[in-house]
Amino acid sequence: MKKLLLGDFAVARGAWEAGVKVAAAYPGTPSTEITEELARYDDVYSEWSPNEKVALEVGIGASIRGARAIVSMKHVGLNVACDPLFTASYTGVGGGLVIAVADDPSVFSSQNEQDTRLTAVSAKVPVLEPSDSAEARDFAKLAFELSEKYDTPVILRLTTRVAHSQSLVELGEREEAPVRAYERNIPKYVMMPANARIKHVVVEERMKKMEEDANELCINRIEEGSKELGIICSGGVYQYVKEALPEASVLKLGMVYPLPYKLIEKFAKSVKRCIVAEELAPHIETLVKAAGIAVEGKNIFPLCGEFSANLIRVCVRGEKAEAKPAEVPARPPVLCAGCPHRGVFYVLSKLKLNVLGDIGCYTLGAVPPLGSMDAVVCMGASIGMTVGFDKADPEVHKHSVAVIGDSTFIHSGITGLIDAVYNKAPITVIILDNRTTGMTGHQNHPATGKTIKNEPTYELDLAEVCRAVGVQSVHTVDPGDLALLEKTVREELAKDEVSVIIAKKPCVLLTKKLYNGFRVNEKCKKCRACLKLGCPAIVNGKDGITIDVSLCTECGLCKSVCKFGAIEGEVK
Amino acid sequence: MDILIVGVGGQGTLLASRVLGKYALENGYDVKLSEVHGMAQRGGSVMTYVRIGEKIASPIIDAGCADLVLAFEKLEALRYVHYLKPQGEVLYSTQEIMPMPVVTGAAEYPQGIEKKLRGTGVDALGLALQAGNAKAANSVMLGALCKKMGFDREKFESALLASIPQKTVEMNKKAFGLGYGAV
Repeated sequence: MKKLLLGDFAVARGAWEAGVKVAAAYPGTPSTEITEELARYDDVYSEWSPNEKVALEVGIGASIRGARAIVSMKHVGLNVACDPLFTASYTGVGGGLVIAVADDPSVFSSQNEQDTRLTAVSAKVPVLEPSDSAEARDFAKLAFELSEKYDTPVILRLTTRVAHSQSLVELGEREEAPVRAYERNIPKYVMMPANARIKHVVVEERMKKMEEDANELCINRIEEGSKELGIICSGGVYQYVKEALPEASVLKLGMVYPLPYKLIEKFAKSVKRCIVAEELAPHIETLVKAAGIAVEGKNIFPLCGEFSANLIRVCVRGEKAEAKPAEVPARPPVLCAGCPHRGVFYVLSKLKLNVLGDIGCYTLGAVPPLGSMDAVVCMGASIGMTVGFDKADPEVHKHSVAVIGDSTFIHSGITGLIDAVYNKAPITVIILDNRTTGMTGHQNHPATGKTIKNEPTYELDLAEVCRAVGVQSVHTVDPGDLALLEKTVREELAKDEVSVIIAKKPCVLLTKKLYNGFRVNEKCKKCRACLKLGCPAIVNGKDGITIDVSLCTECGLCKSVCKFGAIEGEVK
Repeated sequence: MDILIVGVGGQGTLLASRVLGKYALENGYDVKLSEVHGMAQRGGSVMTYVRIGEKIASPIIDAGCADLVLAFEKLEALRYVHYLKPQGEVLYSTQEIMPMPVVTGAAEYPQGIEKKLRGTGVDALGLALQAGNAKAANSVMLGALCKKMGFDREKFESALLASIPQKTVEMNKKAFGLGYGAV
């Protein structure tokens, strides 16, 4: 049966068909849906882990014990998981271990545009790269086979366009992969120096063998066309090449590390002009050139952003793109109408504080008119950065705060907080507890008290965690109560100790209600105080200030900042 | 057939693309859809590509290549109008949602957008309120799209109704009908 599937769902399907037993992940766009989908299968154990490092460790443990396991993350998540990754490369696997990593060319929803293939080269882990959903399913299955055949974790690299595009997939049945018999194997799995030295040699031999075998691997194939032009490509770029240059010869690489040098050399010799078309880093190009094979690549293609069929035509043929966009006001993403984070950023903006931010919806607190953000780097960084701020300038803690989401705090903020207490940095941390992992589409986490399958579990108490690491001053406030929030922030900033304020209110998108919306009455003096909230439902139009009822969620913030009683409606 | 669906994050463009995909698949075509999730969904400008044909390679539509731009908001229609082929048309909601730079006074909402768009405008918000709630505006636009593209009404409508929560079926059905009649 053929089905229209998201690339991520197809990876999940392939893993399921391959008999995967264990799936672990921390949510991250565009990889989240792989594990969400796997959670729907009863014959797979799945979990949201606190972070990608733990997720990979769960996968490694399951693999050593003999089960097939898949661990999924976004590109920056792989940075967090690098520590186990680099040594899992040495230990190799028991049951097949596949790490699905989704890169984000053009940075649709990330903090950088790094290329996972380069990490894989450092870790000496093979990489498969599907070009659509059908291949996502096929390659996921193949990845498990290769993992077991060559005794290595395998990375299945996706990009946003493959992960978040839907195309047709032929569905297959599940083939059970029984958990392998277990026997303690110290030389293989205990990576102390004497064993690691030996395993490093094994890894180098493995990669050499895979490199040789890659020349015959079914997913590396030549599609013969014109002898004038040959394109080496993989992943989503293959689809753009087929569309833009239907006449060209194509070497489609399903495995992008290690590379099949003999096949590449044969292909390059068979065409007059040979070009490597790849998004982001010149990974294939650099390796191919180092092997002494002449190709073109980044001399014609950009290093940044995703490709398209038009871009291929322009870069290869020198054709000019004609369509010009109209000049219109930008529409950057904003905190949703009714977002519980809005009250916090309104107060931080009003108090003109320095704000060290973190990764999540609340990064949008940086967008005007709230504009309350000094720096955002990576998951969990806000607290450590605030400690650094304080150590650079001991007065700074009186007018600066760290803001971090509930899920992000659990991911990697807790260690930062321990640092603040241990090293006596009297900072103020605001945990934006919206009771979910918001930006990635509402996944449970340890503080929601629900597992990935919505089953009840121990609910981590964030306030207790903070107290347990030594924070004496912990306050939980409703961020909808602006007066109390402001008072609490002022008081905690004045203290000479570490403070945590937990601003607790569920994400507005979790409450799937239908709203009537507020109204602005004739008492409005057009003072614009409500506009400082940066609420997308408040419209400053020709006819004065109005409220867009299609967006308003009756949260009441505008009502509480209006001094003239000009906003009518019942707060929900 | 290449359709670009654009709007403001949260308006339901993903639902529209999925309904189109389902309908095309049921009619035996190859389909590719490409979507935007994550950060861009939070009230920002969003676009979804829908490509339907005998055999589709790229999941994305380049500027100058779309047969139709289905826009859930007027300014977004203008933002992506250059994606149209020379003979392509826009089917747009006349709803105006102010982007934050307009709210803060850093920019103005462009006037006379209708004159710059070749195609059909639909009062999707008005008709959705008439159907019961503003949230049904995407079903209004799907009704209009069905008529505009000459799709089989019964099949297309059932593709929509199969993609939404059971309790909103009646409202969306009404909204679909109002949109169908508006073109």
